[in-house]
Amino acid sequence: MRRFLRSGHDPTRERLKRDLFQFNKTVEHGFPHQPSALGYSPSLRILAIGTRSGAVKLYGAPGVEFMGLHRENNAVMQIHFLPGQCQLITLLDDNSLHLWSLKVKGGVSELHEDECFTLRGPPGAAPSATQITVVLPHSSRELLYLGTESGNVFVVQLPAFHTLEDQTISSEAVLQRLPEEARHRRVFEMVEALQEHPRDPSQILIGYSRGLIVIWDLQDRRVLCHVLSSQQLENASWQRDGRLIVSCHSDGSYCQWPVSADSQQPEPLRSCVPYGPFPCKAITKVFWLTTKQGLPFTVFQGGMPRASYGDRHCISVVHNGQQTAFDFTSRVIDFTVLIEADPAAAFDEPYALVVLAEEELVVIDLKAAGWPSVQPPYLASLHCSAITCSHHVSNIPLKLWERVITAGSRQNTHFSTMEWPIDGGTSLAPAPPQRDLLLTGHEDGTVRFWDASGVCLRLLYRLGTAQVFDTDTDPNDNLNPQGEEDWPPLRKVGSFDPYSDDPRLGIQKIFLCKYSGYLAVAGTAGQVLVLELNDEAAEQAVEQVEADLLQDQEGYRWKGHERLCARSGPVHFEPGFQPFVLVQCQPPAVVTSLALHSEWRLVAFGTSHGFGLFDHQQRRQVFVKCTLHPSDQLALEGPLSRVKSLKKSLRQSFRRIRRSRVSNRKRRPAGLMGEAPESSTRAERAGLQNMELAPVQRKIEARSAEDSFTGFVRTLYFADTYLRDSSRHCPSLWAGTNGGTVYAFSLRVPPADRRMDEPVRAEQVKEIQLMHRAPVVGILVLDGHSVPLPEPLEVAHDLSKSPDMQGSHQLLVVSEEQFKVFTLPKVSAKLKLKLTALEGSRVRRVSVAHFSSCRAEDYGEHHLAVLTNLGDVQVVSLPLLKPQVRYSCIRREDVSGIASCVFTKYGQGFYLISPSEFERFSLSTKWLIEPRCLVDPAETKNHSQPRNSSGTKRASGQARNSGSQSDGEERRPGLVMEHALLNDERVLKEIQSTLEGDHGSYGDRRSQRSTAGYSLSNGGAE
Amino acid sequence: MNRSHRHGAGSGCLGTMEVKSKFGAEFRRFSLERSKPGKFEEFYGLLQHVHKIPNVEVLVGYADIHGDLLPINNDDNYHKAVSTANPLLRIFIQKKEEADYSAFGTDTLIKKKNVLTNVLRPDNHRKKPHIVISMPQDFRPVSSIIDVDILPETHRRVRLYKYGTEKPLGFYIRDGSSVRVTPHGLEKVPGIFISRLVPGGLAQSTGLLAVNDEVLEVNGIEVSGKSLDQVTDMMIANSRNLIITVRPANQRNNVVRNSRTSGSSGQSTDNSLLGYPQQIEPSFEPEDEDSDEDDIIIEDYSGF
Repeated sequence: MRRFLRSGHDPTRERLKRDLFQFNKTVEHGFPHQPSALGYSPSLRILAIGTRSGAVKLYGAPGVEFMGLHRENNAVMQIHFLPGQCQLITLLDDNSLHLWSLKVKGGVSELHEDECFTLRGPPGAAPSATQITVVLPHSSRELLYLGTESGNVFVVQLPAFHTLEDQTISSEAVLQRLPEEARHRRVFEMVEALQEHPRDPSQILIGYSRGLIVIWDLQDRRVLCHVLSSQQLENASWQRDGRLIVSCHSDGSYCQWPVSADSQQPEPLRSCVPYGPFPCKAITKVFWLTTKQGLPFTVFQGGMPRASYGDRHCISVVHNGQQTAFDFTSRVIDFTVLIEADPAAAFDEPYALVVLAEEELVVIDLKAAGWPSVQPPYLASLHCSAITCSHHVSNIPLKLWERVITAGSRQNTHFSTMEWPIDGGTSLAPAPPQRDLLLTGHEDGTVRFWDASGVCLRLLYRLGTAQVFDTDTDPNDNLNPQGEEDWPPLRKVGSFDPYSDDPRLGIQKIFLCKYSGYLAVAGTAGQVLVLELNDEAAEQAVEQVEADLLQDQEGYRWKGHERLCARSGPVHFEPGFQPFVLVQCQPPAVVTSLALHSEWRLVAFGTSHGFGLFDHQQRRQVFVKCTLHPSDQLALEGPLSRVKSLKKSLRQSFRRIRRSRVSNRKRRPAGLMGEAPESSTRAERAGLQNMELAPVQRKIEARSAEDSFTGFVRTLYFADTYLRDSSRHCPSLWAGTNGGTVYAFSLRVPPADRRMDEPVRAEQVKEIQLMHRAPVVGILVLDGHSVPLPEPLEVAHDLSKSPDMQGSHQLLVVSEEQFKVFTLPKVSAKLKLKLTALEGSRVRRVSVAHFSSCRAEDYGEHHLAVLTNLGDVQVVSLPLLKPQVRYSCIRREDVSGIASCVFTKYGQGFYLISPSEFERFSLSTKWLIEPRCLVDPAETKNHSQPRNSSGTKRASGQARNSGSQSDGEERRPGLVMEHALLNDERVLKEIQSTLEGDHGSYGDRRSQRSTAGYSLSNGGAE
Repeated sequence: MNRSHRHGAGSGCLGTMEVKSKFGAEFRRFSLERSKPGKFEEFYGLLQHVHKIPNVEVLVGYADIHGDLLPINNDDNYHKAVSTANPLLRIFIQKKEEADYSAFGTDTLIKKKNVLTNVLRPDNHRKKPHIVISMPQDFRPVSSIIDVDILPETHRRVRLYKYGTEKPLGFYIRDGSSVRVTPHGLEKVPGIFISRLVPGGLAQSTGLLAVNDEVLEVNGIEVSGKSLDQVTDMMIANSRNLIITVRPANQRNNVVRNSRTSGSSGQSTDNSLLGYPQQIEPSFEPEDEDSDEDDIIIEDYSGF
C-alpha cells in the first residue's frame, strides 16, 4: 500500500507516462442499437441513423463517420437533411426539433448541435395542436414546414427556429379555400405528408390522414388542386416532374393521381391493392420512380395480406413485370431509394434501395438483375447471432491475411458487385498501421473474422462449426428459405438470425496462431476443435478424442447438457479453416480456457472440472488433470441443478432491481436549477427508504477450499522457462483456477525430427495455492530483462527479439484481487499489488500490451492493461507492478460490456456497448484508430459532382453519456490543438483563445496531451 | 532415575543445572546440560519418564526468579526457563484434565512459600474456579480494539484475526443511510452497515461488533462513496486480517479517554489489555503486508 501510494512523484516518469498513455474512445463499430429513424442526403451522399437513446450517426464513404448525441436521450423520430446543406434536423419523441451541422473547423468537420426548438401552440391549445407528425425542410434552406396532429402546418425560420405565425397553414384556412363539395366531409385530422413540388418551390403537397391531399400555393395561399381518397392516407409524394401524385393507404392500396389545376376533384389514374384481394395491411410509404427505359419502379413498404403474412416485415419492389417482396427478419424502421441527385434530371433512375431494419442495414442493388444485396462496408450486424466471446489478434502477417480474405470472398459471391453507393465525404484517416483481426464467437457456433485494422469493422470470413456435429435441424432447411408459395414473392434478405439451432454449439473460447494458421475454438458443450487453414475445399473426417477430466472422481453425476454428437465419416469443408481434430471434454461442461502452442503443436483446454493437454500433431492426449474439490457438488452436477443457483439468481435479480433504481436516479438530468435539488433529494429519500425496506445483504466470509467452482480453470499459459532449476529451461504449461491455485507442468516435446515418434511427456512440477484464494485470471512469465516471453513462433518469424534466457525469469500471477510476482525456478513471492484490498475493485481482464512513446520513435514499454469490475481501465507496470494510469471506461452496471472487453497487444481495446456494437478505445498515445474525414460543404452546391470532395474533417460528437468522463468535453480543445499543429495560424489563435477562455487548466493539460497523441499517431502512420 | 549428583552451588558455573520437578506429591530431581537444554518436546518426554507417567497429558510450569509460576509449553519459554534458572529450576507438573488453570499464581504451595506472586491476574483472589481458561499455547488473538487514541470516541476500530482459525468471520453488511452533519445541516447520506452476525462466528464472539454498526473504514480505507459490492470485496480481500472501523449503533460502551489516567496529552490509552502497539499511522501494520505471503507452494523435483 505504502509502496504504491507514495510512489510515482518522479517528474521524469510522469512526463514519460504522458508520452505513453492516453485514453480515448475512438469509434463505435457495428450496428446502432435500437435504430429509430433514417435520413439520407442525396447531395452529400450521406446516411443518417437516429436511435432510441438519442444518438444520431452519420455514415458516408467507408471511414466517414460522425456521431452526435442529444442531451435529452429521447428517441429520434425523424431525421431530415436540409437540401444541399451540411445540416440536418432531428425530431425527437418529446416533440423537440434539433438542428445539427457538420462544420469544418481547423480543417476537420465536426458534428454539432446548433439549436433546439419546441413548437409552442397558442395558450390553452391541446398538446396535439403542436405535436409534429411531418417535417419538410424547404429548398430555400430557410424554412421548415411542420405538419402536426391538429392538421395545422406551422412554418419556422432557420437557423434560429423563429416561428412565422402569419404563414401557418391552418386546417381552417385550407378548408375555406376548398371547393364547396369537398368541404362537408371531415377531411382533415393529422398531417401525414408534406412534400415540396420537385420543380416549383412555391407549391407544397399536404396530405391529411382522412384521405385529403391538397397542393398549396405558398405565395398566394390557396389550394391549387385537391384529391380525396376514400381510404385513410398513410403517405403521399410527388413524382419527379410534379405532374403526378402517388399516395398509399391503410387498406394496402396505393393510387396515382393527376395534378390538374381545375378545381374538379380528379379520379385516380390508377389504384391498386398489390397483395389483394383479401384484406391487407397498410402500405406506409410508397415511391413511384421513373426510368429512361420508361418502365417505372414502384417500391413500397407493407401491404401484405393481413391474415397470412401480416407479421412479415416486407418492402416490395415492382419493375418491368418483376415483383419481389424483400422479407426482413426484423422490423423495418424506414427505407429510402437512391436516385439521381440532380433535381433537373428528367428521370429518377433508381439504383439502390436502402432499408433500415431494427437489427441491420440492407442495401439492394436495383441495377443488377435479380436485385442482389450489397455488402455493407460498415454497420455490420455483429449480433446476427449473439456474440458469445471475442479474441483479438494484432499485426497479422500479410500471407495469412490474404488467405483469410480469399476464403471469405468465396462466401460472398451472392453479393452485388456494386460499389458501396453511400460514398459521401472523404476519409482522411491514414491507412491503418497494421492488419488486425477481431474474431467473434457466436451462439450458433460460427466464428466471424473481422478486419479491425481501421474505422470500418468489415467481415472478412465466416467459419461455421455446426457442420461437424449432428444437430436436430437439417442444414438443407436454410438453403431454401422460400419453400413457401410463389405469392407473395417473398425473398429473405439480410443476415440477422437470432435463433440458434442448439445453444451447445456456442463458441466460448478462440485462439488463433497468426503465424501458422492454426486455430482452436471451444464451445459450450465441452467441444474443442483444432482447425487448420486450407486454401482448398476438403472432404475429411474429424478425428474425435475424449478427454475424461474427472478421472477417478467418484460419486459424480453430471446433470448438465449432453455432449454434442459429432458426425461420423467425412464432412465437406469449404476453403478456409477446416477442423481436423475434436477433443470432447467429459463431462461436457463449458470450456473456460484455451491455449494453443503452434510451435509445440499442443492445445490446452480447461473446464470447471479440470484441464487437459492435447498433442495435435500426434493426435494424442498428453494428460488430464482434475481440479475439482471433492466437496464441490455444484461443479460436479452441472449448471442446471441445485437450489443454490436459484438462490444466486434471485440474489442477482434483486441486485439488478436495486441497480436499476440507483441508475434511474443517476440518469435524471441536472436540469433546471430551481427545482432540481428539491426533487432530487426527495427522490433520494424515497430511494433510501426503499433501500431500508429491502436491504440487500452481503456475507463477509473468507474464501475457503470448499467454495463452489474452485476447480474452474480460468487461465492456461504456455511458456519456455526455468521450471525445475536455473540451468535448463523447458516447455511448460501453467493453469490457474477459480480457487487461487496455479499448477505448473514441465513438458518434454520431442525435437522436430522425432516429433511423430516420441510422445510428449508432461509432469506436474509445482503447485501454488494463493492464500487469498481469489480466481487466477492471468499467468505470465517475464524473461531475464523482465520482458514478457514472446508468443510461439514470434521469434522464428523474426518479429520479436529472442527472450533473455540468461537472467532469471519471473512468474506473474494475476488473480482477481492481486498481482503477484514470484521468482523462478524456486517459487517465492517477490512483490505484489493488492487491488481489491485497497480499492474494492476486482480484475476482470488483464492483458500484456506494448506501449510506444509518442516522442521517441523506437521507445516502448510492456505493461499490463487491466479492466476492473468497476469498468475502469488501468495500466499496471511491469515488472514492478506500479499503477500508472486509470481511466473510467465502462459503466460499472454494464456487466455485459465489462465481460465482453478484449485488449489488443498495442493498448487498444473493444467492448460491447450493445448486443450489436463494439466501442473501440485506446490507452495508447500512438495507436489511435478513429474516423478522420471531411465532408466539404462547398461540394454540396455542385449537385452533379457529389463524389469529388477534398479537405479534412473528422468526427466528434458529444461524449456519449456512457460513463466516460475523460472522453467528453475535454476532447475538443485537443482536436483544435491537433489541427493547429498541422495547419494554420488562425487555428492556433483559436486554440489560444479556447485555452485562455472557458477552459481551465485541466482542459489545458488535456489538450497538450492530445497534441502529443496526434504527433504520435502521425508518426505511426508515416 | 537420573538424580543429580551435585548439589546447589556449583550448578551456576558448571555446565549442568539441577532440576527439581514436582508432580502431585512426588518430587524428582535430575540435571540438564545448561548449554544444550534440547527441545521442549524432549524435556516433556523426560519429565513423563522421570515421573513414570508416560501417557499422561500434563501441564508444565516453573517458578521464575521473581517467584512467578510460568508455563513451559514451547521451546522458547523452555529455553527461557533454563537460562534464567538460578540456582535450580523448579518444575511443577499438573495433569491436564485435572489442571486448575488458575493455578498459575494461585497454587497453595507457592502461596505458602510466599515466593510466587501472581502477576497474570492481579485480582485473582476473587476466584472464579469454573471459568476454564486454556493455556497460553492455546491462546491466539481473536480480536482487538486498536487506535483508540487517534479515533473519535464515537468510533471503534476493530481488528479481527481470521488467521489460523476455522471460525467463520460470520457477519453480513448492507446498504443504509446515516445522518451526517454538513454545512447545510443534517443530511442523510448512504452508508454501509452491519446487518447480521452469524451465531458462533468470529464477529459475534468478539462482542466488539453489533448489528447496525456503521462501517466507516476497511483496513484504513474509507468506504464512503463505495458500493456495497466494493466494500464486500474489500472485506473479503482483507479477510485474513480485517480491520474495520465502525460507529457502533450502541454508543454507551465506548472507550472513554482520559477517564482513568491524568495524562494531559490525550495520548493515554485504554488498550493496555490489548497488547497492541500504538500507531499514529493507522491501519497498515507490518503484519498486514506479510499476512498472506504464505501462499502454499509445492515444489516437486522428483521427476525427470
